[in-house]
Amino acid sequence: MAKIVIDGVEHEVNPDNNLLQECLSLGLDLPYFCWHPSMGSVGACRQCAVMQYRDADDKEGMLVMACMTPAADGAIISIEDEGAKSFRSEVIESLMTSHPHDCPVCEEGGECHLQDMTLMSGHNYRRYDKKKRTHRNQYLGPFVNHEMNRCITCYRCVRFYGDYAGGTDLSAQASHHHVYFGRHEEGVLESEFSGNLVEVCPTGVFTDKAFSENYSRKWDLQTAPSVCVGCSVGCNTSPGERYGSLRRTVNRYNSEVNGYFLCDRGRFGFDFVNNSDRLLEPVQRVDNTGELLADDQVKAFIKEFKADGTIGIGSPRASNESNFALRAMVGEENFYAGYSDVEHESMQVLLDLASDTAFHSPSVREIEMADAVLILGEDVTNVAPRIALALRQSVRNKAKDLADESRIPQWQDSAVRELAQHDLSPLSIISSAVSRLDDVASDRVIESLSVVAAMGHQIANKISASAPKADCSAAHDQVIEKIVEQLKAAKRPLIIAGNSNGSEVIRAAANIARALYDFKDNSAIDLCLLVPEVNSVGMSLMTNAKNPLGAALKKLHDGTAKRVIVLENDLYRRASRAKVDAALTAATKVLVLDQLPTSTTANADVVLPATAFSEHEATYINYEGRAQLSFQVHQCKKQAQPSWRWLCDAEHVDDLVERCCNEVPGLARLREVLPGENPFIAGMKVPRQSHRYSGRTAMTANVNVHEPKQREDKESVMSFSMEGMPAQKDASVHAASWAPKWNSNQSISKFQDEVNGELKQGHPGCLLIERKDSSGSYFKAGSDSIEPSANQLRLVFSYQIFGSDELSARSKPIQARMTDAYIGLSPQDAQKRDLRQGDVATISPLGSP
Amino acid sequence: MSQQVIASTATKARRLSADEIVEIEHEMTLYPDKRAVGLEALKIVQKHQGWVSDESLLGIAKYLDIPAADLEGVATFFNLVYRQQVGKNVILFCDSVSCWIMGCEGIKSYIKDKLAIDYGETTEDGDFTLIPVPCLGDCDKAPVMMVGPDMHRNLTPEKIDSIIMDCKTIQD
Repeated sequence: MAKIVIDGVEHEVNPDNNLLQECLSLGLDLPYFCWHPSMGSVGACRQCAVMQYRDADDKEGMLVMACMTPAADGAIISIEDEGAKSFRSEVIESLMTSHPHDCPVCEEGGECHLQDMTLMSGHNYRRYDKKKRTHRNQYLGPFVNHEMNRCITCYRCVRFYGDYAGGTDLSAQASHHHVYFGRHEEGVLESEFSGNLVEVCPTGVFTDKAFSENYSRKWDLQTAPSVCVGCSVGCNTSPGERYGSLRRTVNRYNSEVNGYFLCDRGRFGFDFVNNSDRLLEPVQRVDNTGELLADDQVKAFIKEFKADGTIGIGSPRASNESNFALRAMVGEENFYAGYSDVEHESMQVLLDLASDTAFHSPSVREIEMADAVLILGEDVTNVAPRIALALRQSVRNKAKDLADESRIPQWQDSAVRELAQHDLSPLSIISSAVSRLDDVASDRVIESLSVVAAMGHQIANKISASAPKADCSAAHDQVIEKIVEQLKAAKRPLIIAGNSNGSEVIRAAANIARALYDFKDNSAIDLCLLVPEVNSVGMSLMTNAKNPLGAALKKLHDGTAKRVIVLENDLYRRASRAKVDAALTAATKVLVLDQLPTSTTANADVVLPATAFSEHEATYINYEGRAQLSFQVHQCKKQAQPSWRWLCDAEHVDDLVERCCNEVPGLARLREVLPGENPFIAGMKVPRQSHRYSGRTAMTANVNVHEPKQREDKESVMSFSMEGMPAQKDASVHAASWAPKWNSNQSISKFQDEVNGELKQGHPGCLLIERKDSSGSYFKAGSDSIEPSANQLRLVFSYQIFGSDELSARSKPIQARMTDAYIGLSPQDAQKRDLRQGDVATISPLGSP
Repeated sequence: MSQQVIASTATKARRLSADEIVEIEHEMTLYPDKRAVGLEALKIVQKHQGWVSDESLLGIAKYLDIPAADLEGVATFFNLVYRQQVGKNVILFCDSVSCWIMGCEGIKSYIKDKLAIDYGETTEDGDFTLIPVPCLGDCDKAPVMMVGPDMHRNLTPEKIDSIIMDCKTIQD
C-alpha cells in the first residue's frame, strides 16, 4: 500500500495501479475516455489530467495524465485544481467540436459516457461555430449500428475489438481530424464479441441494432439481474423490458464470471422470448387440432399424471426448480436425463471429476490467469464463447511477465504490447477442426477424435510415468514433447476439454491434469470441462446415473411406463427420430411443457406454456458448478407459468430451493444464492424500474384510460415498480448500474470494492460442488469408440455459436448470422468421395445412439 | 432454417503481378515481420499501378497474410498512398508559408486555369492530378512543386507551361 494525497486528503492506494484507476477506486469523480478497467491505459484522450506536485512546497504543480501516472507512494495530486479543471474542459471542448449533438435521436442518450464526462468536465457552451467534419457510415451486420460522426477518437473500439478480442476486421483509418473506425469495406463484423462495442464505445458510434429497431431509453426499461441462458458459462446480464417485450440485453458485471463482456449469442439471443410462436395457453390436442384447456381441466390432467407409470424427462435448459419439481412429482427413480445418452455418459465422468481434489474448475477470471493452456478436442469459441475471450487474455500473461521484468507497469497497455510483440504464452489446440482461437495458438494439431484422445494420454504419460501409455503414432511426438515441457514449466497450467462428443477426450484431459497434479506435488490443477447448456450441470446433479434418456424412451416403447412429462425439451434433438417417435406413439399420454413449439410439442397430448428465462426467477448451475440466481424481469403475457408451478404446489422459488438443498445431495448449498434475510431498507422492495421510469400511468391508455394497478410481486425481493429502495447491501440485486453523475455502464466502478474487484457486498455466485474425493486414479488409455471402417466416417458434432443453442436460434438477430447446415470433411476424406466445397452430400448414420 | 449468409467482404483480391511480387519479396527480407512490409508493399503497388485500388489492397493483404483492415489503416494514414485513381502525373503543389510568401497562389490559379482542375481533382484526359502538400523542404527556391519524382523550383507561369508540355511529350 502507498499513501498519496489527493486535494489535501491522504488516501491509501495500490502503487501497482495508475492514479486514474485508484481515484475511481476511491470513489472520486475524474473524467476519462480511453482508459477501460480491463484494457488499461494508453493516454490517448488527455481527459483525465490532474495537477501533480513535487512536494508540499510546490505550489505550481504540473499537469499529468492520471491514467499514465503510477500511484506512487508520496504522490501529491489535485483533481480540483483550477489549472487541471480548465485543461480538462478545453480537452473535451476540442473533442466535441465535430460531435453532432444529436443526443435526442441517439440510442446512447441517457446512458452516454460522453454526456456524463462533458458535463463533469464543465464544457457547457459550444464556441466552435465552423463546419463539422462528417463521415460516411458502414453497414456492419445485424448486430451493430455505425454512426461515425459521433466519434471522439478515444480508440477504445479498436483496442477492444482487435487487441482484446482478436478481431481483424475493424481498424483505425486515416489521420488527423479524419480518423475513422470501421471495416475495410462494408460488411458483417466477424468477431463473436462485436456486440461489446456497444458498451465499450463511450458514445453512440456503435449502438445495438436490434435494440434501436425497438428502442426505449435506459431509464424506461424495466430490468432485473439475470443470467444468460445461452451456454454453460452463465454470464450475468441485465435484460430490459418495455411494453411487454424484451428489448435488449446488456452486460452485468460479475468479477468471477463475465467481467465486463458478453458474447454475441448472449447479447442478441434473448429475442426468442418475443417470438410470435410462443406457447401462451394450455392446449390439448384433439384430432390434430388444439383445444384450449381451462384451469380445472389442467389440474385434472396433472392429477392423472401423478399416478404410477408416469416418468419425467428433465431439461438441461430448464432451471433447477423446474427440474426438481418434475423429479419430486414423478419420483427420483422415474426422472430421466434430458440430454443424449452420449452426453449422459460423459456427464457422469464429468461429475466424478468434479469432486476430485486433484482438480480445480477455474472461473472465467481464473482462466485468464493461466500461463499455459491445452485445449483438447473442444471448439471453445462455439461452445462457451466467453471462455474463448478469456483464453485470449491468458496468452498475454507472457507479455505481462516480460513487462514485469522490464519494470513496465501492466496497465501501460500499448507499452506492454509493444514490448511483447507476438510473444504469447503457450496455448495448444488438439482437435478435429480449425477453430477461431488458432491465431493465438502456439501449436495446432487437427486429428480424428480418437487420435486427439490418444495424444492426450500420451502427454499425460510423458508428464508422469504413472499415467498409462497410449497407443499413439510417432507422427506428433515433437508437438507432444513441446506441450509436455510447456505444461510442466507453467505456474498455472490449464487443461480444457468438454463433452461435445462423448467422454473419450475428457478422460484423456483428466489424465493430463492428474499427471500434472502428480508432477506439481499435489497442488490442484485447473481442469475446465465444458458442457453445452445453461443448466446441464444442475440437471445432471438431480438425475440418477442409471436414468439416461434412452432408458426412458425404451420404457415408454415397451409399455413399462405409460405417461411421460417432457420438461422444456425437444427430444428430437437428443435421440434418433425413430426412437423418439416410437416412444411418444407408445405412450398413452404425453405432457410437454415448453416456451416454443418443437417437434416434441407437436407430438404431445397436452402442451403447457412455460415462461422464458426473463419471465421467472430461477437458479442455474454453470460449467464450474457455480450456482447463480436469475431474477424475473417482466411478466409473461397470457397464461405461461414457470414449469415448476404447473407441476407442484410450491408457492415460491425459495421453497423449491430449500427442498433442493435438503433432497438433492449435490445442491446442499443452493440456498446461499438467495438474497440475504433482510437486505432491504425499511422492508421496501428493490424496484425493477428506475426512478425516472416514464409513462407508467399512461402506457396502456390506448386500451383503457383507467390506470391499471401495478402488479404486486409477492414472490420476489423485487417489485414491478419504481417505488422502493435500490439494493444497497446485496449486489446480487443490482441490475441497472447508475450513480449520480454516472448514467452510463461506467458507473459500475461506484459499486466495486475497487476497480475490477468484487461488487460491494457482492455475490459472484456460489460454488456448489465440494471436492473431497482424493482417491481418484488414472483412466485407462484405450479408446472405447468404434473405429469407422474404410468407407465409414465417424460423425462428430460441430457446435455453432449462432444456431446450435435451441432457444437463441429462434432469435431474429441470431438467425441473421446463422450458417446453412453443413458437413465438414478433411480434404483427404473429401477427395476420396469426390466432394468439393458447396456440393450437396447425404449422410446415413449407423448405430448412432 | 438459415435466413441468409452475409458475406463479410464483397470485393475480390487482385493477383499481384510478378514484378510487384519480386519487389515485395525483397522488402520482406529486410523486416522481421510481414506486417511491417505493408507500407512498402503499398508503395510498390502504387509505383506499378499508379494507385492502390480496393482489389490491390486486398491482394497485398492476402499476399502478406495480414488483415485487410489493418492495411487499410496504414494506406489511409499516409496521404500519398492514393486510394482513389489519380492522373498519370501527380502534381504535389506546395502551399506552405515560404511558397505562399513567394506567390504560390498565383501559380496555383495559373495551373487551375490551364488544366481546369482544383486541388484533389484529375483532368478529364486523366493526365494530371493536383494535390497540395505542406512543405517539400526546398523553401529557398520557393515556390516549388513535384511532378512524379521530379522537383520543380522557382516556379513561374512559363515554367508551368513547359513542365506540362514535357509531361505530355514524354507520355506520347
